[in-house]
Amino acid sequence: MNLLSLFRIKRDTAPVARERLQVLLAHERAVIGKSDLLATLQEEILAVIAKHVTVDRSAVQIKLDRGDKVSMLEIDVEVPSAIAIAKGKGKGGQSARVPA
Amino acid sequence: MAKVLVVTSGKGGVGKTTSTAALGAALAQTGENVVVVDFDVGLRNLDLVMGAERRVVFDLINVVQGDAKLNQALIRDKRIDTLSLLPASQTRDKDALTEAGVERVIGELREKFDWVICDSPAGIERGALLAMRHADVAVVVTNPEVSSVRDSDRIIGMLDSKTLRAEKGERMEKHLLLTRYDTARAARNEMLKTEDILEILSIPLLGIIPESEEVLRASNVGAPVTLNNPNSAPARAYFDAARRLKGEQVEVVVPLERKGIMSRLFGRRVA
Repeated sequence: MNLLSLFRIKRDTAPVARERLQVLLAHERAVIGKSDLLATLQEEILAVIAKHVTVDRSAVQIKLDRGDKVSMLEIDVEVPSAIAIAKGKGKGGQSARVPA
Repeated sequence: MAKVLVVTSGKGGVGKTTSTAALGAALAQTGENVVVVDFDVGLRNLDLVMGAERRVVFDLINVVQGDAKLNQALIRDKRIDTLSLLPASQTRDKDALTEAGVERVIGELREKFDWVICDSPAGIERGALLAMRHADVAVVVTNPEVSSVRDSDRIIGMLDSKTLRAEKGERMEKHLLLTRYDTARAARNEMLKTEDILEILSIPLLGIIPESEEVLRASNVGAPVTLNNPNSAPARAYFDAARRLKGEQVEVVVPLERKGIMSRLFGRRVA
């Protein structure tokens, strides 16, 4: 190894830029593409539930896990216990998992 | 049939205005009827780069709001008679642009010209959205640098979702214009290569404009670089890009600066 090659190693920065961009953009494209769908789902599901039960907006969690073969849409609705008891459905939250 | 073209990038300072002026002039120099429209309301600069800053009387906002006729606001270039400029307002802000007003003005420009080239402001807000709204073709100006590539990716996403064409389900034609490219640094792996950027952004390449002192020289004197020094490396690259916009098949090469013996001997002066 001579002095010149030492300099060259430090200067090879373009491959780093390329890799950082690929990782970052893969993430950003997924987030930006997904957010609209999830926001819409959240709003509409909340509206349907609110017709029948009084729910706290923050008590509804919607997650989308993308897998290779199947994606999982997870809807987690926390129903207040007073209402749950009144309807005879037991206590605590209820959640449903549906393959998307 | 007129074509509306938007020159956009997301990031500022990558060469949108320089490229608008150079592409507009290059197309006009080949006999096409061209108007360049400055959408950067409040921070207009296309007039300065085109050397028409002292001839602005009415602007885009005046026409959009119906205070002036389109013909009163259009400035005919003194060097090429098929080139016109519609300047932006310097005293107003982007909220003065209305969607209906912009639609009407673009419609009128389509009647008069072969090419309507819209110089977008930086950013992803109202001004940039209105500039791309009616476009048939987009030129995405990108520097071989991480932040510019990231912002271009964002703008490409918006071109595919927020334009009229995208909303109608039609194809939005997009081209990459790589500016301030340094072949030697890319070869030494110090700068992102063209193929890296093309792979990341996956849109076709319109041209590669080499980093050049000629660009500043041209803007200093208020002339598009294709007019100021048609034989310079960036001018030749813009001429090639303009031919590709017209649908010609032109092989992509990065033109090299033709250096005289003195500059070869003494290299580049730094200060």
